[in-house]
Amino acid sequence: MLMNENNECDSQAGGNSTENVKTRSDACIDIKKLNLYYSKDIHALRDISLSIPRNKVTAFIGPSGCGKSSLLRCFNRMNDLIDDCHIKGKIRIDGDDIYDKRIDVADLRRRVGMVFQKPNPFPKSVYENVAYGLRIQGINSRRILDEVVEDALRAAALWDEVKDRLDDSALELSGGQQQRLVIARTIAVEPEVLLLDEPASSLDPISTLRIEELINELRASYSILIVTHNMQQAARVSDFAAFMDMGRLVEFDSTDTLFTNPSERQTEDYITGRYG
Amino acid sequence: MRQKLKKWSRAGTPWIWINAGAVAISIVMVLGLLGVLAVNGLRHFWPNEVSQGRYLAPGFKPTELIGELTRTEWVAAEVLIASGLRVDPAQERYRRDLWKLGNRDLNGIDFAWVLADFVEEVSTPESIAVFERKQGGVLYGAISSLELGEELDSADALSDDQFLWAQFQSRLEEVRELDKQIQSIQSEQLARANSDLERLRLRERAAMLEGELSPSLTQQFSAQRLEIQAELANLQHQLNQLYAQIDRDSVLVRASNAVDVLIPLAEIVRAYQPNSLTLAGKLSLYSQRLWEFLTAEPREGNTEGGVYPAIFGTVVMVLLMSLFVTPFGVIAAVYLREYAKQGMTTRIIRVAVNNLAGVPSVVYGVFGLGFFVYLIGGEIDQLFFAEALPAPTFGAPGLLWASLTLALLTVPVVIVATEEGLTRIPRSVREGSLALGATKFETIWRVILPMASPAMMTGLILAIARAAGEVAPLMLVGVVKLAPSLPVNGIYPYVHLDQQFMHLGFHIYDVGFQSPNVEAARPLVFATALLLVSVIAILNLTAAVLRNRLREKFRSLEI
Repeated sequence: MLMNENNECDSQAGGNSTENVKTRSDACIDIKKLNLYYSKDIHALRDISLSIPRNKVTAFIGPSGCGKSSLLRCFNRMNDLIDDCHIKGKIRIDGDDIYDKRIDVADLRRRVGMVFQKPNPFPKSVYENVAYGLRIQGINSRRILDEVVEDALRAAALWDEVKDRLDDSALELSGGQQQRLVIARTIAVEPEVLLLDEPASSLDPISTLRIEELINELRASYSILIVTHNMQQAARVSDFAAFMDMGRLVEFDSTDTLFTNPSERQTEDYITGRYG
Repeated sequence: MRQKLKKWSRAGTPWIWINAGAVAISIVMVLGLLGVLAVNGLRHFWPNEVSQGRYLAPGFKPTELIGELTRTEWVAAEVLIASGLRVDPAQERYRRDLWKLGNRDLNGIDFAWVLADFVEEVSTPESIAVFERKQGGVLYGAISSLELGEELDSADALSDDQFLWAQFQSRLEEVRELDKQIQSIQSEQLARANSDLERLRLRERAAMLEGELSPSLTQQFSAQRLEIQAELANLQHQLNQLYAQIDRDSVLVRASNAVDVLIPLAEIVRAYQPNSLTLAGKLSLYSQRLWEFLTAEPREGNTEGGVYPAIFGTVVMVLLMSLFVTPFGVIAAVYLREYAKQGMTTRIIRVAVNNLAGVPSVVYGVFGLGFFVYLIGGEIDQLFFAEALPAPTFGAPGLLWASLTLALLTVPVVIVATEEGLTRIPRSVREGSLALGATKFETIWRVILPMASPAMMTGLILAIARAAGEVAPLMLVGVVKLAPSLPVNGIYPYVHLDQQFMHLGFHIYDVGFQSPNVEAARPLVFATALLLVSVIAILNLTAAVLRNRLREKFRSLEI
């Protein structure tokens, strides 16, 4: 099974995917010739084509400024917030072109949840943080909210730690707890895809470990895309990995292959620490 | 030594000293200001000793002085000679005392400078009393007899001073009680009936202007009018009865120079014998007078009585202004910061807003008068209050226009502070909300605005601080020397936005510089200034407490 997918993805690597990707149910996100410009002169992503498999963990690695975060932020159109930023190419999530005019951006962002580098809970209670996404959708029934909040917190492995302080401010939690709260908040709205942008980079080793365990538990139900600087982390948590450099996708493969037997010299250099 | 000095200056010690010195000077200045206000203002309410003496100024016939010593100064003999007093040039300087003589209706003046060397037989007799009157100011003198409407049990007893005083006090209390009833009838029932009558007249006139005045309606109106007029007559009857009771008693007082004055008890606000008061008695009198200052209406061209309407007007005006300025400022700031495309235009708008904060306030006053009062107010009158014309309703200076003018004056402060707060909110929080599927509006409404609320409060605090002390624009758009009633009272429609009102800042100006009786007004200026500072401080503190609560709640995410 795993081998099969590997093979399929191999054929995608290097940006030469061509055939009817839309019909394949195991590809969750499909990227074609994606170019991203922050302004006329800053060309952040160049000709990226890639198919990201469903319900797997895909890691993006690469040196700082290589465009991994920019790419991640394309999937929930976070880049729209930046003035003068525009893209060329197509991104399909479950077959829908997300840059189509008819797409409701708010709805897209609900379907594609995102967790950021630094924990960013709202200055509200733990409960209200998790319930936020539902309240936005107009769900105010206490019964439903209670249920969803508990489920989400359990899924984020935070329930046991906060069940007695649901009404306390989320800002009183530790950094690791805050990050798990943000994950709980994100999965409370039942997204299909989870984007994790260096979710553990501001946390201590133990909190990092817990986040990684959490990712392992969530992989069954979500397609997870994770950007990380930490090579070991990428090796530990991901099924697939993409190596990027200078805005280009250098190599995409199963994590095992990419780390043990990379096909590109550049990838090997980076992984073994000879980069630069 | 030189090395040492160099090291001393390199360590930055001189700067620390200069900084500390600047802070110290600022604190000393502020405390000094408050101290001067407090000492001069609060001293006024203390019941001073009343002295009696004979003044034998050279070249004048001797007169009797009864009064309080308020100030003392030294003058050169030449000055006195130049002003026509025949004093001894050998003596270089003379002491000159300022006596508060009261009895303005008798002497024409109530303060007089007196050369201390020519005052003889100074004493402080216990029988001298101070009568604070509704009109004519304070009167000093001793009671010689009570003229009561009914006979007392024993005429002999009246010759006993102490008994007389006690009798007088108990009578005075009864009269004060009656006076309170009269006041309440006048200010509540009578005022309400009159306002009903006026509204009836306006309704009738409105019906006439609309051409809907049918005979049945006319009849209805006149029936109602008769009803109100009956009530008015009834009230007037009650009042007349009370007047008859209150006017019955009076007191005969022997003032200075053996002048007898008959004072109706109804005219007396308070009477006391300061020279026979114990410390406890003085303290109680002091608090009574201070309380009167805070809660009573002004008398005698604002130089006596209280400043309650001014306190009330100031607070209501500031609260109303806050109500206008906060939403306006916040909405403008949110648009400028969150929605408007950042560029040349927003930058120009920001500069303009900042400059608006520097426009002299009187300019706003002129604008308020021209734009709000005459243009908008006049238009409102044409549209909604046509029946009252030519008498203006909103087309004249009033509370609403004053509040709006001050809101305009302070809106830049709120915009700048709120914008500052909005910028400080970390991008990560906005992104967190957007990433959950919230729209921009939902993000602003649910996350950004609550987090920026402490900054809004800061803006409001600055706005209040600026607005509460402002006088110049208010003189043009609604503040008066003496308002007949409070802007919020028990008469329909309860909040009178069109009414003119009193204001502490203007009160200071009016009492201090427009009053004919400078000496009497002087302590009141200090007391009112102290009060104004306190009111602003209280308003600010309330806002600051609120802000700190919010800050605690929305402690922004630090790294």
